[in-house]
Order: sequence, then C-alpha cells, then structure tokens
Amino acid sequence: MDINTFYGLLTLLMLVLFIGIVLWAYSSKRKKHFEEAANLPFEEEKPLDDDRNQRKGDRS
Amino acid sequence: MDGTIKYNENVVRQFALATVVWGVVGMAVGVLIAAQLIWPALNTEFPWFSYGRLRPLHTNAVIFAFGGSALFATSYWVVQRTCQTPLFAPKLASFTFWGWQTVIVLAAITLPLGITQSKEYAELEWPIALLIAVVWISYAVVFFGTIVKRRVRHIYVANWFYGAFIITVAVLHVVNNLVIPVSLTKSYPIYAGAVDAMVQWWYGHNAVGFFLTAGFLGMMYYFVPKQANRPIYSYRLSIVHFWALISIYMWAGPHHLHYTALPEWAQSLGMVFSLILLAPSWGGMINGIMTLSGAWHKLRTDPILKFLIVSLSFYGMATFEGPMMSIKTVNALSHYTDWTVGHVHAGALGWVAFITFGAIYHLIPRLYGREQMHSVKAIELHFWIATIGVVLYIAAMWIAGVMQGLMWRAVNEDGTLTYTFIESLVATYPYYMVRLLGGVLFLAGMLIMTWNVWMTTRPETARVTTTNTVPQEG
Repeated sequence: MDINTFYGLLTLLMLVLFIGIVLWAYSSKRKKHFEEAANLPFEEEKPLDDDRNQRKGDRS
Repeated sequence: MDGTIKYNENVVRQFALATVVWGVVGMAVGVLIAAQLIWPALNTEFPWFSYGRLRPLHTNAVIFAFGGSALFATSYWVVQRTCQTPLFAPKLASFTFWGWQTVIVLAAITLPLGITQSKEYAELEWPIALLIAVVWISYAVVFFGTIVKRRVRHIYVANWFYGAFIITVAVLHVVNNLVIPVSLTKSYPIYAGAVDAMVQWWYGHNAVGFFLTAGFLGMMYYFVPKQANRPIYSYRLSIVHFWALISIYMWAGPHHLHYTALPEWAQSLGMVFSLILLAPSWGGMINGIMTLSGAWHKLRTDPILKFLIVSLSFYGMATFEGPMMSIKTVNALSHYTDWTVGHVHAGALGWVAFITFGAIYHLIPRLYGREQMHSVKAIELHFWIATIGVVLYIAAMWIAGVMQGLMWRAVNEDGTLTYTFIESLVATYPYYMVRLLGGVLFLAGMLIMTWNVWMTTRPETARVTTTNTVPQEG
C-alpha cells in the first residue's frame, strides 16, 4: 500500500474514532449514568463538607 | 459511603503549604530577573546571580515547585474523595513529598551554579533527573493504586485528567532526559541536531499541555463544581474534551521550531494540530464557566469562585492566542519577541496560578478544620491585585513583542535593516517597567495569600486534631 493511502486511512480512522466517542458520550442510554458521575464530588460524605453553602460572613 | 472514611490529609497539607512557599520564592525570583532586564547592574559581579542562571531557577520554581506542589496536593485530595477511599501506600505518598522537595532544593543549588543540561524546562542534570523519575513513578503508584481500590464504579473525570498528566509527564521526562553522563554534573543527550530540537520541543510543549494544562484541568473539574456547589455543566462534554485534548496536544510541539532546520512538513503538522487544539481547549473552558450558568450571582460574593472562573477566562484567551501564534506567518513576527513571554504568562499567571489560588483557598480551611479562610476580604484583595498585575504584564509584553517584531523586520528601500537590535531594546524599556510593575503586584498578592494562609493554619486557630477525618499523626 502506498504510504499516503495509509496516512489517509489513518486520518479516516481517527475521524471515525472521534465520532464514535461523541456518539458514545451523548447516547441517551448513558445519560443517567453520567449525571450520577457528575455528582461524585458531592458524595464524599464528610462532616466538614456538609455545609456546602459556604458562609458569606467574614469569619466564624 | 459512611462518614468514617479516614482520608489521608497529611500529605495534602504538606504539599498545599509547599505550594504557597514556593509560589513566593518562584515569583520573587521572577520579579528579580524582570528588574535585571531593566537595570543590568543588578546582575552583580557574581555569575550565580546573573540573569542567565536565575531565569531557569524562576521557571523551574514556578512550574515544578509551585505548580507541581499544587498538582500533588490537589490530585491527592481529589482522588481520595472521588474514589471514596484513603490514599494507596501512604508512606510512598509521604516519600513523594520529601522526594519532590529534595528535587526542588537541588534545583535551587545547581541552577545558580550553572550546572544545566541547557534544555528549556529540563535543565536539571542527570542525577536530579533520575530522582525526579523515581519520585514520579512513586506518584503514579500512589495515584493509580488509589484508583484501583476505589469504592465507586465510575472514575470521575478529574482523575482522568490527573492520570493523563501523570503518565504523560513520566514518558516525556524519561525520553527527553536520555543522556550519556560524562561526570556527576555533566551529560550529553543521545540525540543530535534537529532531532534533539524536536525531542526537546515535543517535551517542552507537552510539559505545557500536560503539566500546565491537563493537570490543572483536573483541578478545574473538581474545584469549580465544589466551590460553585453544582455539578459540572456537561459531563458528556468533559469526556469528549478529555479524549480530544490528550490526542491532539501530543503533536503540537513543532510550532516552537518554525523556520528552523526542522523539516517543513513537521512544522506544518505542528501548526495544523495547534490550530485544531482551539476546539477542545475552548470546549473545556466553556464547560467550566457554564457550570455557573444560572448562578452567576455567586461570583459577586465569592472571591474564590472569582479566581476559578477568571482563570478559565485567561485559559480561553491563552488557548486562542496560542493557535494564532502557531500560524507560521504570525510566528514569523512573534517568535523570539516578548510576545511569546506575554503569551506564556497569560497562561502561567492567569490560568495556572489563578486556578491554583482558588483551589488552595478552597483546601486550606478544610485541611485545618476551619470554616473558611482567616480573611475573605484578603482573598478579594489578592484577586484584584493579581488581576491588575496579570493584565499589566501581558499587555506590556504584547505591545513590546509586536513592536520588536516589526522593528526587526523593517527594511529600507536598499534592503538594509531600518533598526539596529539595540534600538529595539531601548524602545522596549518602558514596557519592561510596566511588566516589572505587573510582576510586583502579582507577588504582592502572593504575599497577602501567605499571610492569610499563615493566619488560618497557625496552631492557635487551626483545629486539625478535632476533625474526625484526619488520620492520627505518627
């Protein structure tokens, strides 16, 4: 195979891979899973972090 | 998911404080060398105090000591909390702290002595480079070990970015430091000529792409949602962002070598990949900023959020400017001028340092059992002083850079150069003054932060031992 044909096919493969990742990420099947994942930082269950609404006063 | 997980906060505390200390040191050296460019007498008669030796000290201190410590601190914090498990191999984690500090101290000794590999951002000679490799592999073991023993199924996106940063920096560091030692303090790279240059800038640009971008994006994906108290704008976008960013960054290095002995096709390849990089970069920026969508009012009252969100604005500016400067015809004007210096600092001060300030201000009270920093007003003051400092710095360097580029390329009708080099230097002096002022303001902000951190963490006020989540010392 001509090396330039190979490069062309490689580029095409990368494009397909990218579209594949986008479709995978945005499929409605995974919507709920990713919503849960997005909330992971808030599930560390630590007493100190329970007051998520930082107090606005100067000091405690 | 019970409340009794004992996270390892000791090593996070150590790295968080190291971040502040090295921030002051690195930025102070930056201010010094900015002054040396204006008043050459400041170079003194001592070679170890000259600009040429202090400049790598400045870059190493701010990137690897300040930025590196911040990445260690935040990644150790984030990976434990999003995996809901304490750090894997805590003793090894402790070793990464002392090992990394040793590297920094060795850098601070050898660089002024003129012991260097003369590779930008990879100056440290082979014995130190070996120590870096050992520390870095230990870091990878701790980080990925923690991910392996996670108690949740999903690996949160911040950890993907931190993970990519750790793996890539390991590869970059090893490949770019393949040298043949001839003595304890001198070595020669195994590469020669244009290949050496290409390897160096493959390393150099990915140091920007993975150390200063992917790592800090990991920080962004945790601390922006936490401080805003709402999940990231689009988790799906973050996935596309991750894969697009890491696969494209790797190829952008040749834009540092336009119009050199590097093959033409490699230069063009580097330019095209740099242009494509705009898309994932801005995708990430939009994802971070839009997290505040519907809650913009929080920006008014929360200076920590201001740091985090404005850092993303600077990230957006720098990642627009970067692709533009990688275009060969633009680069013909900008290369070797102070425009490059301005561009780097838009990213380094505006993005890297700002998001670090935000993350550290978020962390310190939580690490020391306080509800918030000692003075929120001081954070606000730090924010405004630092913002004015960055703007002065980069605006001065933009103008100086474009002016230098235009002066250097100006030719008379008979083909001779219109200006001598020294004329462009004289014309640059006023902008060097403005840059120095910007740097001084930025350093002043850093000192305010140091005071604030000191007041928050001193034993009389900190309540480390009363939180039930801190492992017993000893």
